[in-house]
Parts: sequence; structure tokens; C-alpha cells
Amino acid sequence: MDSQLYNYWLVILLMMTGLYALIARGNLIRKIIGLNIFQVSVFMLYISAGFIREGAAPILSPNVDVYSNPLPHVLILTAIVVSVATTALGLALVIRIKAAFGSIDDDTLSYSSGDSATELSIKTQKSSQ
Amino acid sequence: MIAQHAQILVVILPLLCAPLVLLLGKSRIAVWFTVGVLSVNALLTWWLLLQVLTIGTLRYSLGNWPAPWGIEYRLDPLGALLQVMIASIAAVMAPFLRKLLAEEIGSSRQYAALVAFILLTAGLLGIVATGDAFNVFVFLEISSLSTYALIAIADKRDALLASFRYLIVGTIGATFFLIGIGLVYILTGTLNMDDLAVRLPEVSHTNTTQIALIFVTIGIAIKAAIWPLHAWLIPCYSYAPRGIVAFLAALSTKVALYALARFLFGVFPLADMPIGSVLLEILQLLAIAAMLIGSAAAIAHSNVRAVLAYSSVAQIGYITLGLALATSAGVTAAIIHMFNHAFIKGSLFMCIAILATGSGKHTLESLKGLGHRMPIVGIALLIGGFSLVGVPLTSGFISKWFLITALVQAEKWIWIVAVLLSSVMSIIYVWKIVEAVFDKSDDKQVRSYDLSVDIPIVLLAAVSLYIGINSSALVSTAEQASKWLLGMP
Amino acid sequence: MALGNALMDASSGLGLILSTPFIGASLMILVRRAPVLRDAVTMITSVSLFILVAMLPSNSDGAVFVLAEPISGLPISFGTEPFGKLFAFIASGLWIVTSIYSIGYLGQKTDPNKTRYFVCFALSLGSTMGIAFAANLFTLFIFYEALTLVTYPLVAHYGTPESRNGARKYLQILLGSSIALFVPGIIIVYLFAGTLDFQEGGVLNGKLDPAFTIPLLLMFLYGVAKSAVMPVHSWLPSAMVAPAPVSALLHAVAVVKAGVFTITKIIAFIFGWEMLASSPGANLPLYIAGFTVIAASVHALQQDNIKSMLAYSTIAQLSYVVMAASLFLPIGGLAAALHIAAHAVAKITLFFVAGAIYLKSGYTLISQLNGIGRNMPLTLLAFTIAAASMIGLPPTAGFFSKWFLLQAAFTTESYFTVGVITISTALNAAYFLPILYRAFFKAPNEDQKSFGEAPWPVLAALLFTAALSITFLAYGNAIMELEAPIFGSIFNKYD
Repeated sequence: MDSQLYNYWLVILLMMTGLYALIARGNLIRKIIGLNIFQVSVFMLYISAGFIREGAAPILSPNVDVYSNPLPHVLILTAIVVSVATTALGLALVIRIKAAFGSIDDDTLSYSSGDSATELSIKTQKSSQ
Repeated sequence: MIAQHAQILVVILPLLCAPLVLLLGKSRIAVWFTVGVLSVNALLTWWLLLQVLTIGTLRYSLGNWPAPWGIEYRLDPLGALLQVMIASIAAVMAPFLRKLLAEEIGSSRQYAALVAFILLTAGLLGIVATGDAFNVFVFLEISSLSTYALIAIADKRDALLASFRYLIVGTIGATFFLIGIGLVYILTGTLNMDDLAVRLPEVSHTNTTQIALIFVTIGIAIKAAIWPLHAWLIPCYSYAPRGIVAFLAALSTKVALYALARFLFGVFPLADMPIGSVLLEILQLLAIAAMLIGSAAAIAHSNVRAVLAYSSVAQIGYITLGLALATSAGVTAAIIHMFNHAFIKGSLFMCIAILATGSGKHTLESLKGLGHRMPIVGIALLIGGFSLVGVPLTSGFISKWFLITALVQAEKWIWIVAVLLSSVMSIIYVWKIVEAVFDKSDDKQVRSYDLSVDIPIVLLAAVSLYIGINSSALVSTAEQASKWLLGMP
Repeated sequence: MALGNALMDASSGLGLILSTPFIGASLMILVRRAPVLRDAVTMITSVSLFILVAMLPSNSDGAVFVLAEPISGLPISFGTEPFGKLFAFIASGLWIVTSIYSIGYLGQKTDPNKTRYFVCFALSLGSTMGIAFAANLFTLFIFYEALTLVTYPLVAHYGTPESRNGARKYLQILLGSSIALFVPGIIIVYLFAGTLDFQEGGVLNGKLDPAFTIPLLLMFLYGVAKSAVMPVHSWLPSAMVAPAPVSALLHAVAVVKAGVFTITKIIAFIFGWEMLASSPGANLPLYIAGFTVIAASVHALQQDNIKSMLAYSTIAQLSYVVMAASLFLPIGGLAAALHIAAHAVAKITLFFVAGAIYLKSGYTLISQLNGIGRNMPLTLLAFTIAAASMIGLPPTAGFFSKWFLLQAAFTTESYFTVGVITISTALNAAYFLPILYRAFFKAPNEDQKSFGEAPWPVLAALLFTAALSITFLAYGNAIMELEAPIFGSIFNKYD
């Protein structure tokens, strides 16, 4: 295995872990954790792509010729902000859901006034993710 | 000065307006301030559209950093048309929301909803305004986060659950999209969409490009609710606050479809890519499935909001089909329907929102006879319904005319049969609603509303009628937009 | 004076004709609180519409009046043309009679929806005028759809679950078929011919593969469900839940005739006679229509409900017109025009009679009609005349139109048509004559109340239309002269 690519394998491992947690776990908090792992894997993907062998940190200095690409870092900084906001909103919703339903287990939550077909479509969606 | 920066102002104005509204808090000025800002914004977009149509694509380098290094905002005919649609609908709906939000959410949290609404508008405008792929992601998330918040803001059980589930699915979609653009960035070293279009053909045969295209398409397809990735949409449209749904149904999926069109035709070299034609074929099949299954589900439901939500799934199918034909006529038809459907669905959901205010329920039973009590809303609902079916002299007919024309030209005879079948099914579910609303046997006593609610409904319905009577301006803009999108002279 | 000048000119004449029903409808809404005034407005509107149509110069110069242009290249435009003028003339003339009848018919009961009724009636006539004078297929289609929508409230007038179900079926079949087949048909014609204008000789000639000609025509035949060719006929029996005057004017004249009018126009001016006659499978529409004639007549024979029987009879008679047009000859067009006129006056009388009987006795079934001729002799006299016309006995209108239809059939040596007409005439007699026997010769049922003739407006209306059926000779010639420019004279053949 090409040692250069090991962090991409890590990305894939994290991505699958995150997605698995997202789908397999009924607990809403665990879903959010899964979502976070999933997102972090993508951040790693970007950062890995920006790395240049022998490259220094992208801080201007007279004795360095090769820098790593700073752009992915900046992009991911933004993406992290988005991710934090999503997590915060998700957690806030979980608190509300706990108050309203008395449970945060996705398998026990269902729409109260909805008709059955709607629920059905939610379930199918869950299994298809 | 303003003219020079108008392109960015369209996005900045609402972004600046949002914190101000938060500061203004519960004071009554907040609402009218919002209406004012959004109206100015709408005028700006109209002016920009005229500019684009006369002098061509506008470019604006953010912070004077030249593209492709800096972030570039670019406005093409399609973007300008969609901006007009977004900004106008937002401006028209703001006074409408004032009334409904106060009622459903309570005045104490009304301003928070207003802030989220403005941010949503800014996000949608941003997606269209930018020429930078990563920026699309950021604005996509700004609009999505505000949407999650807006859906849950009424603090109703079902809405909370719908919002959370949408958050999970929506974030997966956005992250898929992020992976996709990350891959093309790794390949080409650029995120500027025009620059990508120049550089991607060199690597069009690599596996990475194919994977990137798939990730981008699936990511956007989730946001656009393309069947079978539509499931989040039904509970969201069914349980979100009534006023909010009108806005969401009008715009959010349309903007995602715009992004899909941009990436399919303006970024990826589909024609050179091994999976390009396969992807288009798959999208066509999904579109057909969306039309038929969406319409069938709409017939089966008795909750009016679920009916309209499934109808949206079907209508998104029409738009996707037009895009996936990848011919000039097909994309023109898709753009026309994108525009028309925004106004049709917006006005329909507004009508239902008003009619359901008394009972708070959305079943056919609870709406019985209300069309007679509120004739203006009833007539607007009728116009919207006719438009959905595609009765002549409404905008829906124009959409269908151009879509079928495109299909005939592409000689997709079986697709035509599916489109027609779905149209016929739409008669059934639309008439179900119309019949209930105008059922005289049930006489309910309901409050009537003031003009601030009626005028927005009338305006949106009037757009439907106007386009039905004189579509030439919309059609020529759409033709120009599709030519530009497909890179034709 | 200004009005006189305006009428000289076809363009402003058309503008007036098309706006009159809509102005009338608006006025009726304004004066809805005063029933007498509203009825007066209805009468004035119908009379002035008829006068305007009668005064319209009948030149066929194509489009003379453009209203709007929804899709660039496809204007909503109108023109005068003899066939359209005939249709408009029949519809507007019978509207006057129907208005009188309606006032008498609805006057008996306090009906809160009467204003809606009269307004929708005016709008239906406005749409019919749009169909009659449309200068292109696109315009015709728009008013065709409008006619479906504005007649829906009339069909659902009573608001009972039964009438709503019937009306829903009515709307869904008419709207559904037109969207599923009519619209794509129009688009295909537009893409191949580059125009949708009605032109003599057709616009598709030489531009379409002959193999696709008849399939495309069949799309129109089923897309225009108002012509009630089987199997898209079932909306018509469903529409019988409507009040009698609605069935009379709309479902014996305006709506159904709009269907066969559209078919004839499409055959004559979109495809063109020669093109169709030489296409492979040219006999198919004829067979479909012929089958409909026979099948609908058999159905009519089995009905006990008077209006259902009349509805199936209408389906059969409409297919006569389709058959006439499907001979793909100008003479067939002439026979179609004559039959549209002849059937209109006869069938409206029959529906008027059915309404009058229902109004006085509440009877809706044929089996209840024993001895009713003694109670309502004049009404049943009108019925007899109209039935004779339906069967085609001289000297009624039906005789003449059937005569020309047969002549057209013999010209093309279409013995299928001759056979169908012969059989259906026998069937017509088989379902009309027993009713007459029942009404005049059978003893009344024991529980039958005694009642007299219907109110005078109702009676006057039905006697007038019955009179039109026996005086057809007086004006039949005028119709033929009117139509001669486009369908040629029936006598040309022998010159």
C-alpha cells in the first residue's frame, strides 16, 4: 500500500464509521455524533489534499520555498463553522424533542397527527440511506 | 457606486438586515423594516436582470481579488431570473408572514422567525449569485440551517421531529456535495466554476471526476427532493408552520435545482464524461418515477398539505426531466417551469395556510366550504389549481406546452405519455381540494383577513395568470438562459 | 350610428360578439340582488348576442381580431368563417329560447344559486362563441377548455352528492382527455406544420408522414371528448345530473356540438380532405363512429331514465356528424353542418320536454309516463315532432340531414355508413315510438296525480323549438348557401 495515501484510507474509514453511526443508531445524540464523524472525515480529505511533501506551514518566511496549500485550511475553517452550527441546532432540537416526546430514540418517535403513508416514507428513507 | 456593487448588495443587504431585525426585537418596526429591505432588494434584482439581458453576464470580484484566485460573483441570465423570483417572492411574502407567524408562533418569538426567514432569503440569493463552488456550499448551508430552524420554530412535536430528520438528511446531502467539490478541487486546484469548466475537460475521463459528479449530483438531489431522495420533504411541508411552508415550497427546491443545472451543464463536461449520458438517463427515469409516484401519492392523501407536498415531488420531476434532456428546448422548459411552479406552489400553500387558520387542521374535511367564506383566497386557490393542472391561460399550461414540445423534439414518446398521465392525475388531486373548498353544504364561520394577507396571495396568483396570457418575456429570458447554460452561441 | 359602423366591420363585430356574454355576466353579478333585473339582463344579453351574430358579415379571410398572444407565434385570434358562423348562430339563437325556458323552470323554486347559474350560462355561451370564431386551433383549444370549466358549476348546480359526483366525472373526463391527447396533438401539428391556423385544404398536407396521419387524427378524436365517441362518451350520461335547461342547451347543443364542430374543423382545415382520404387506414374513424352510433343506440334502448336515454341518443347522433366528416369529402362537411343544425333543434326540444314533465310531475322514468299525453298534450306534441326528427321522418329537420348524409355516403360508396344509418334509424324508432305509445294510448298509473301543462315560458320555448324542426325546409336552403363557400354545393356534383 502506498504510504502516501494512508490518510485517505483514514478518511474513508472515518466516513464509513460516521455513516454507520448515522444510520444504525436510533439514539438522536449518537446520530449527531455520527454526523460529526462523517463531516470530520471530509475535512480530513480537504486538509490532506492541501498538504505538499516537504512543504512548510503556509506562513511567509524568507528561508522557506515550498508551502503547503493554505486554501483548503481556510475552506475547512468555514466548513467547521457550518458543522458547529449544524451540531448546535441539532442538539437544541434533541432537547426539544426530549421535552415533547419524552424520548430521544428514533425508533420510538413517530408523527402523531400524520397519516400512516407519511411515516412509511420516512421509514423507507431511513433504510435506504 | 450602487450600480457597480448591486450584484453583491443583493446578498449583503439581507445578511445585514438580519442582525438589525434581531436588535429591533419585538418592536413593530422590525417587520416593516424587513419588508422595506426585501422590497429594495427585489427592485435591485429586477434592475440586475435588465442589465444581464442587455449587456450579458455580470462579474464581480469580491474584495477586488481577481478570479480564479478570489471569489467571483457572477450573474448570468438564469441566475438573474431566479434572483428576481426569489427576491420578489420574499418581498411579497414578508407582510403575509407577519400575520401568520404572530398567530402560529406567538409574538414573542416572531422576530426570531423573521431573522431566520431573512437569512434563508440571503442564502438562496447567495447560491444563485456566486460563481464559486465552495461558496455554493456555504450558502446552501446558510439556507438549510435557517430552514431547519424555521420548521421547528413553532415548537410543535411533529415539526420538531420533521426538522431533526431533515437536518440529518440535509447535512448528509451538503456533505456529499462538499466531497464532490473537494474532489474536483484536488483534481484541478480551482473552485471557480467557470475556471472548473475550463480545466475539467482535461481530466474528464478520470475516475475521480466521475465520482465527484456522482457526489455532487446526489448531494444536490437530496436538497432538491428528486425522487427517491424526496422523503424529507413530505413531513417538512406537512408540519412546518403554515406561512413558512409557502416560502419553502416556492423556492428552496427550485434553487437546489438551479445548482444542479449549473453543475451539470456549467461545470462538468458531461458530454466528454463516460458516465455523463448514463447520469442523464438515470435522472430522466427518476423524473418519470417522481411524476407518476408523486401524483399517485397526492391522490391517495387526504391531508391537503401532504397532497401539495407530493404534488411538489411530481412537479420537481417535470423540472428534472427538462434538465436531464440536456437539449436547449428541454432546459428552457425546465427553467420556465422552475419559475412558474414557484409562484403556483407558493400561492397554493398561502391559500391553504389562510383557509386552515381557523381550525388549524389541513384535512379536506376541515377546509370544506371555506372558499365561499373567503372568496379572494378561494379564487386564488382555483387559479393555482388550474395552473397545476395546466389549464390554458395559466402559467402551468405554458410550462407543459414547452415541456411537451421539448419531448416531441427529442422524440421521447414514452416520456410524453408519462408526463400526460401525471397531468391527468393532477386533475384528480387538484379537484379533490377545489371541491372541498367550494363545498356549499358546510358553512363555517371564520374570521376574514386584512389586505396584508390578501394582497400577497393576489399578487402571486396574478403572476400565474399574466404568464399564462403573455409568456413571451419569460420564454425569451429562459431561452437565453438555457443557451448560455448549454454553452451555445 | 357608431354601432352601425362597428357592425359593418368584421373585426369589431367579433370583438362585440365575444365581449357581450362577458359583459352580460358581469352585469348579472352586479344586479344579483334584484332577480327581475338579472333575468332581464340575461334576456337582453342573449338577444343582442343573437343579433350581433346574425349581422356579422361572413367572409373567410382568416384572422381578423387578435386578443392576446400567450406564446409568441400563437395568438388568440378570431375570424369569421361560414361553418363557425352557423354554429354560433345556432347556439346564440337557442340561448334566447333556453333563457326563457330557464326563467320559467327555475322560477318555481327559491334557488340561492340562480345568479351563479345565469352567469355561468352566459360564460358558457361566451366560450362557445370563442370556439365558433377561433381562427386557429390554439384559440379553439383555449375556449374548449374554458367551456369545460364554466359548465362544471352548471352540472353541479344542485350541489347534492349525486350531482357533485356526476360533475366530477364530467370534468375529469373532459379535462383529462384534452390534456392527455388534445394538447400533445396540437403540439405535434404545430411542430410539423409550423402553424395552427385553420386554412382551407389543411396545413398538414405534405408535411406529415401519411402513416401517422390517422393515428394523429385518432388522438384528436379521443382528445376532443366533447364529441363523445366511445369509449370517451361516459361524461355525457354523467352530466345528466344537471338541471334540464343545462342539459338542453349545453349537452344537446353548445358543449357536444363544440366537440363535433372541433372535429370537423380539424378534419377540414388542419388535415384537409384529400390528405386524409389518401392516408392508410382512412376508414378507421368511420368505423369507430359507426360503432358508437350503433352501440349508443342500443344503450339508449335499455335506459329507463328519460334523460339518460336522451344522452345516449345524443352520443349516437354526434357520431353521425363524426361519420359525415370522416367521409373526408366536402359534401360530408356539408352533411355534418346540416346535421349539427337539425339535431340541435330536435334534441333541445326533447330535453325541454323532459324538463317540463319533471317540473310538473317529478317523473324522470320512461315507465312513469303512461298516459301523460292527456295531462300535457302540447308538450307531448312537441315531443312527437322532435322524436320524428330524430328518427328522420319527413318533413322534419332530421329527414333532410339524414338525406344529405346518405347522399354523401353514396358518393363515396361507403356502404358501411349506409348500413349504420339504416340500422340506427330502426333503433331510433325502437326507442322513441314506445314512449309515444305509452304517453298517448296507455292508461295512467293508478297513483298518478292530475296536473296540467308547464308554466308558459317553458311551454312556449319547447313549442318554438319543435316548430323549428318542422319548418327546416324554410331555412335549410339558407344554411346550405351559407356553407357553400367552404364545403361546396351539394348539387355541384351533378353539374
